[in-house]
Amino acid sequence: MDTTSLPMSAIAPQARISAAIVALLLVATVCASLAASDGFQQRREAMVALIEADVRQTSAHLKRAALEPRVLAAMASVPRHQFVPPDLVAQAYLNRPLPIGHGQTISQPYIVAIMTDLLDLEDGQKVLEIGTGSGYQAAVLAELGLRVFSIEIVEPLGREARARLDRLGYSAIESRIGDGYYGWPGEQPFDAIVVTAAASHVPPPLVAQLRVGGRMIIPVGSRFTTQQLILIERVSADEISTRQVLPVRFVPLTGGH
Amino acid sequence: MKPDSQPRFGIALISAAVLAYEVLLVALFSLTQWHHFAYMVVSIALLGFGISGSLLVFAAPRLAGRFREFALSQAVAFAFGSIIAFALAQRLAFNPEELLWDAGHWLRLGGVMLLLCLPFLFAANLIGLALIEYRQRLARVYAADLLGAGLGAVAILGLMQLLPPARVLLVVAMLGLGAAASLWIECGGRARRALPALAVAAFAVYLTPASWIEPVISPYKELSQTLRVTGTRVIAERFGPLGQLSVVDSSLLPLRHAPGLSLNARGEPPPQLGLFTNAAAMTAITQYRGDRSTLAYLDEMTAALPYHLQRPRSVLILGAGGGADLLRAIYHGVQQVDAIELNPDVVELLRGPFAEFSGGIYNREGINVQVADARGFLKTAARRYDLIEVPPLDSFSGAAGGVIGLNENYLYTVEAIGEALERLETNGYLALTRWLQLPPRDGLKLFATAVEALEARGEDAARRLFMVRGLQTSTLLIKNGPATADEIERLRAFCRQRAFDLAYYPGMAADEANRYNRLDAAYFYTATHALLGEQREAFMERYKFDLRPASDDRPFHSNFVKWRELGDLLALRQRGGAGLLETGYLTLLATLALALLLGLLLILLPLALDRRPATGVAADFAAVRVLAYFGALGLGFLMIEIAFVQKFILLLQHPVYAAAVVLASFLLAAGAGSACAQRFSGQRHARRVVVLAVLGILLLCGLYLLILDALTGAAGGWPLAARCMLAAVLIAPLGFCMGMPFPLGLAAISVGAPRLTPWAWGINGCASVVSAVLATLLAIHFGFSRVILVALGCYALAAVCFPLPPVAARRQL
Repeated sequence: MDTTSLPMSAIAPQARISAAIVALLLVATVCASLAASDGFQQRREAMVALIEADVRQTSAHLKRAALEPRVLAAMASVPRHQFVPPDLVAQAYLNRPLPIGHGQTISQPYIVAIMTDLLDLEDGQKVLEIGTGSGYQAAVLAELGLRVFSIEIVEPLGREARARLDRLGYSAIESRIGDGYYGWPGEQPFDAIVVTAAASHVPPPLVAQLRVGGRMIIPVGSRFTTQQLILIERVSADEISTRQVLPVRFVPLTGGH
Repeated sequence: MKPDSQPRFGIALISAAVLAYEVLLVALFSLTQWHHFAYMVVSIALLGFGISGSLLVFAAPRLAGRFREFALSQAVAFAFGSIIAFALAQRLAFNPEELLWDAGHWLRLGGVMLLLCLPFLFAANLIGLALIEYRQRLARVYAADLLGAGLGAVAILGLMQLLPPARVLLVVAMLGLGAAASLWIECGGRARRALPALAVAAFAVYLTPASWIEPVISPYKELSQTLRVTGTRVIAERFGPLGQLSVVDSSLLPLRHAPGLSLNARGEPPPQLGLFTNAAAMTAITQYRGDRSTLAYLDEMTAALPYHLQRPRSVLILGAGGGADLLRAIYHGVQQVDAIELNPDVVELLRGPFAEFSGGIYNREGINVQVADARGFLKTAARRYDLIEVPPLDSFSGAAGGVIGLNENYLYTVEAIGEALERLETNGYLALTRWLQLPPRDGLKLFATAVEALEARGEDAARRLFMVRGLQTSTLLIKNGPATADEIERLRAFCRQRAFDLAYYPGMAADEANRYNRLDAAYFYTATHALLGEQREAFMERYKFDLRPASDDRPFHSNFVKWRELGDLLALRQRGGAGLLETGYLTLLATLALALLLGLLLILLPLALDRRPATGVAADFAAVRVLAYFGALGLGFLMIEIAFVQKFILLLQHPVYAAAVVLASFLLAAGAGSACAQRFSGQRHARRVVVLAVLGILLLCGLYLLILDALTGAAGGWPLAARCMLAAVLIAPLGFCMGMPFPLGLAAISVGAPRLTPWAWGINGCASVVSAVLATLLAIHFGFSRVILVALGCYALAAVCFPLPPVAARRQL
């Protein structure tokens, strides 16, 4: 069936989803054949399967039945092992955060998947990341077909991430080293902003760079644990709404629920 | 060697060095890692002593008559070991947060414990062999050991005030070499043969490369993270027993420290300097040039709430830090501000080198900054205030990462809130701001604490509380009087303008909750109302975190772990639930498990495997009795010591003075008790003396549990020296009694079977290793009073099990 020749709007929603899945599978197959040479494809898929299973457990809480297939596909194609120090390559696809030097970590894959999914982005949209870190989150966003801008405050980290992203073919990601408090003037508004650098408060100037309907997500916690996610949405020119969610299915009260 | 010339000076010196090393390690690891190492270090030291006991079972017979050479070698090994073990241990890069993910970090933790126990092992070999060698005068050697340790506890605090920690480490090593020299001479060695070599050793210690011993601060601590940013540098440092202070300047990027700033805020903080305590807990020193409008950002935080309900004329700030709360008071035009800061170095920095930058707020007219402990100040304050503020002095990442869970804190207890309310004017406010956690923990526990404190005063809590929350902070107000309609209207306006949520006020409607920063459910509204209602107990029972109010007896406000939920929480870590667990608590559990394992493996297993006839316990004594006696003493002694250090913090109004005075008093008094026990050792009525000593311990502890609170209140206004004297006088008789059972027991078995001495030493050590960590774990869940009761149970057991040779036992029982 050649679904791509039909205009998308003419397809019923269910068919559209199955078409997307088929398209995804095709993409995934192509990617897999390309990536199989790195010898990590199987582990990546196992990681994604694990995330899917965990998300099903947490779905009610995240108000999502499952993660968007395209997010999972992105997770399945970014070579995470290239983003960790050589001695940790064997652990790259475990569902855990890993230290990457400079006192930084690469987040738990589960958290990356959930955060990416919560942004609700579409192809071609613009996303700003504050805190490039290893560059992994930026690469996942790029795999989704987004225009990614990323700012890192720690110089050596920013340089290493840039080199890594170029090496892995993510040259389209724009990055720079510097202060993220005022966002990326000149490129606003953004459809989404991801803030991974911890701060004592959410920078109001950054929120101002969100377009109406745009979302900002901020994981709060230490380098190794994400305690909660702050979700900020610009509802209208002068109204924002914020939500605080746990990345885990957890009801603080026993019984009665 | 003559039996009456024991090397008492050398023994005292090595004991002083050991205790100094122990205290120093606590300070060093609090700087490079977190506070949980404090408990670990005590355990590690005792592990070294325990292993030594077992080693001596095998080695002592072969070393008979060669004490002098052996002592020299062990003291020198201690000196170099203390430096090398620390240098290597901090290179193992153990990270408590990875315990959850990586079995490798359990191994690293075990590695740290094993490495660091080596210097203690060497020192213990020396002391243990001395006790065997001079068993005829055993109590005197033991007394020298305890006296030395007591003096070491005091000396180290002085040293830490004078020198940076890495330098203090070298002094400790030198002390070890001094002990070596002293032991050699005291044992009749010829000065010419050893002293030149020791002088060379001392020179080598002096030349230790700074890079070996310079504290390597964890890359995950705030200071390390901040210093990664281009343009940041440390511009001032201060050292002291309360920790290391670092002032950081960021020349390229502003620090912009504004905890929980509203999303509606306009503008940003003026230039700031970061003030870090032990590389964490940053507060900001903010530039102030007299233009109050630059401080407007301070009014956009939850902590600004009390200023919007009334106009306070007098404010008390408990924990001045970098001065943000002082500036807020200035912004609101308060005329009379008293601020309390525990760390004198903070005050010195703000009054000295950073006075100009900070606009001289610490010297300003109308602002009175005092170096004092908050609780002590509350007890003795001569006046009342319209507003008392308790700012969140621990850091955000600390709170979020659960790394402060084990810190005792006497400001967030039912008693503390009661005392603060005493200092409020009628209708004044006590304001407590905390970092917000999700699922809600800290803020709710504080709310429960306030409810209990108000009810204890016979007041209607439901009418006197207000609570608001932003994205990252929550502020609780406790009013000394019932809320008014006007106040509630202002409260609503304050929250509306800043997009903060109402969590509680008297008469709040359910639909007012959870409007701006939406949570899955209106947790704060539901919980605060449940905590005020009849279903409080049931609610706390059903809640998956421990919300029971902290008390002076159980001062662990920041620990929320419920034992029975631990398994569920661990299982959720893969599914994004890692943030539900407190790292500090986890580290404590890991330490306890490893301490138990290492103790069994390295102390008791070698003894159990020993098949040589004369060393078997059963040969001369009832094995169970020896085990029970020395095990019970090991558990009991340390539990009482640890619990009383805590119990005396409020009397001495200072955690470090309490540790120094209590430890030194215990050790000195126990030393005296032990020396006195010498007169009875080996005699038939030794057992009766032990029973009397234990009775003394039971009576004194019971008495102190009853009167200590009242005494703390009565003596609150006394000068520090007088309070230290009082503490020493109270502890002296208790320590004296506690010093007797161990040497009397040792003497009893050493007369009948000298090679059992190390065995007793080993069992005692193994129990102590566990006791140090167990005491803390018990205190977190049950409080320090219960820890003392458990310890008293141990002493009672010891009294029953005093080891007697089988024949004598039959005759006496």
